[in-house]
Amino acid sequence: MKKTVFFGALAATTLLAGLASAGTLDDVKARGELICGSNTGLTGFGAPDASGNWAGFDVDLCRAIAAAVLGDATKVKFVPTTGETRFTALQSGEVDVLIRNSTWTATRDSELSLDFVAVNYYDGQGFMVKKDLGVSSAKELDGATVCIQTGTTTELNLADFFKQNNISYQPVTVGDDSEAQRQYLAGACDAYTTDASGLAASRATMPDAENHIILPEIISKEPLGPVVRHGDSQWGDVVRWTYYALLIAEEKGVTSANVNEVATSTTDEEVKRLLGVSGDFGAKFGIDNAGFKTAIAAVGNYGEIYARNIGEGTTINLARGLNALWTQGGLQYAPPFR
Amino acid sequence: MAMATDVPKDSFRLSMLIYDTRYRSYTIQIVVLILFAMAVAWLLNNTVQNLAVRGKQFDYSFLWQRAGYDIGQQLIPYTNDSTHFRALLVGLLNTLVVAFWGCIFATILGVIVGVLRLSNNWLIGRLMTIYVEIFRNVPLLLWILLSYVILSETTPQPRDFRVTDEMAAAGEEPAASMMLFDTVAVTNRGTNIPAPLFDRGLGTLDLGFMTLNLTFWAILAVIAGSIWVNRRILASARAQQEATGDRPVTWWKSILVLFAPTILLLVALGFHLEIPELRGFNFAGGILVAHSFTALTIALSLYTAAFIAEIVRAGILAISRGQTEAAFALGLRPNRTMSLIILPQALRVIIPPLISQYLNLTKNTSLGIAVSYLDLRGTLGGISLNQTGRELECMLLMMLIYLSISLIISSLMNLYNKSVQLKAR
Repeated sequence: MKKTVFFGALAATTLLAGLASAGTLDDVKARGELICGSNTGLTGFGAPDASGNWAGFDVDLCRAIAAAVLGDATKVKFVPTTGETRFTALQSGEVDVLIRNSTWTATRDSELSLDFVAVNYYDGQGFMVKKDLGVSSAKELDGATVCIQTGTTTELNLADFFKQNNISYQPVTVGDDSEAQRQYLAGACDAYTTDASGLAASRATMPDAENHIILPEIISKEPLGPVVRHGDSQWGDVVRWTYYALLIAEEKGVTSANVNEVATSTTDEEVKRLLGVSGDFGAKFGIDNAGFKTAIAAVGNYGEIYARNIGEGTTINLARGLNALWTQGGLQYAPPFR
Repeated sequence: MAMATDVPKDSFRLSMLIYDTRYRSYTIQIVVLILFAMAVAWLLNNTVQNLAVRGKQFDYSFLWQRAGYDIGQQLIPYTNDSTHFRALLVGLLNTLVVAFWGCIFATILGVIVGVLRLSNNWLIGRLMTIYVEIFRNVPLLLWILLSYVILSETTPQPRDFRVTDEMAAAGEEPAASMMLFDTVAVTNRGTNIPAPLFDRGLGTLDLGFMTLNLTFWAILAVIAGSIWVNRRILASARAQQEATGDRPVTWWKSILVLFAPTILLLVALGFHLEIPELRGFNFAGGILVAHSFTALTIALSLYTAAFIAEIVRAGILAISRGQTEAAFALGLRPNRTMSLIILPQALRVIIPPLISQYLNLTKNTSLGIAVSYLDLRGTLGGISLNQTGRELECMLLMMLIYLSISLIISSLMNLYNKSVQLKAR
């Protein structure tokens, strides 16, 4: 008799354990906090500043989601993940969303059971070398020792690139960006390879940034974007459209400064829908009707986020390039908000 | 009396399972066994359920897919076109080679330190105590990182070896130069040592699942043969000494037998050394021993040696003082006493705990990931796991492999232990 009860309880807990990750949106609301998987520290994209506050391009997207879902951009807990631990952290439910310079690939979408919901940064893999090495092209790196972060797509691209060009290299596999920088600066490797944006961010933190150059070759496509668990479409939609809301805001000239004013004065129907002035789009996503407005007010539109963290004039100094809006010749394009 | 008639009846009642000491232990064991089985079943069930929820199958077929990544140190041929299984083998060999050298160095150093710690020389004894206490009480990971940082930050970059035309004209010396008659170069990436090459090698033998380097095995066979013949010579000399009292002179025979065949074979095969030379960014030619390997081996050896020293010391202290005194009374010098009387007896006490130290060292090689050493943990449990997303499969396989290595080591050591135990005749 008692045993039956015990078995029943056992089966129930097992089922619960299995289904616990079903509704991330509800989980986040119930918790009152968004848990965001971020980088262990990549200046400009996701790193804690001197006083321990997380800041960066990816971090701001986490804050936007928190603002949209919970109405407060500060209700985010950042969990630093390495290239190796990030997907396991997401799959196991340790984080709600992973926004950590992660490349969208077929394997990750299918075999790893992840869903990349958007591309917030179009990137490509590059090489950084010291200027006095006298190298001006990645194809001159025959025989070089190359530092590479493990658990990344760049590892595979690197092998392919050197094979295609019929040159050899010695890989030094490191755990994260800071270790790679240490080895590179100590001269343990001739070149450091990762996403070009990551290289620019690394270089910005180096004491002698002007002595390092990023080689012109971009050897791969690295579409970086937010990732959620496969099979939770509702949550995926919230993350995706929060990001698109920031894009549409830039396209329509809505900024963190003028969002309240625009909400009352605008005659643009799409902006009205976006800011929750007309229609119930926010509610349809399961968040506050003015959730996207809160997000824009909290972190600004895509352009503002870009300019503040990694744009020209910052230490990272990345031109918009591919990440300009489609109206300005870039690839950033949001589906219509209707 | 009423009490006397109240004899326990033979019939079995359920309560006896708890109150009767004859059955109680069985009851407890059975209950614990059921609970244990249920816990295992729950774990398995939970795993299966969670895998199903994530839409993942338990599947090892990824081992035969193209790995796509490169490995710095490879003892068997491997390219990024090889399979994940091949990468696993490369990693496994990298693990084993560190464990092998680590065990050897740790044993040699541990025995020396353990003996010296008991030295009557106050300074040497204290120095050894300091060594043991420092290495035993600081985490191994820190020693690995420390030796790696020392190796990579204090050594010159490859470009420091370069002699440009201007420097040659001005008669300047490069910032760094090679060692040992210009054959060995220590850079901040690794140690470049000369590689043995053969003009007339024997080629390789393809066995399907692996290829054998015939040259290597031929040399090994000749060396093993030489050692065997030498032992026969020594044995016959001993027999003659016991029979006649005269020991024949054997040293020249030994030298001839030990070295001549190997040298002849090497000459026949056209043996020569390939000296590393600076070409482009790095030294090319020769063999590159990466600092990750060196640092890991050094740190593991020094750390484990501290433990082995304590084991050796305990083993020696376990031998009664009377043995030493008896040896001295026979006129044996302290060195001979230690090597002939004390250590052979101490071995019986030393070997069982020594086995655990070997196992520890082998398992601790997985810390190599901290210095980018691609061992089994780095290939199968690192990059392969990451690129394929098969955590459970990789982890289970890795645990199985480490378990097998440990069991093999401990059974070999147990065999050795049996051979040195006191023989009860």
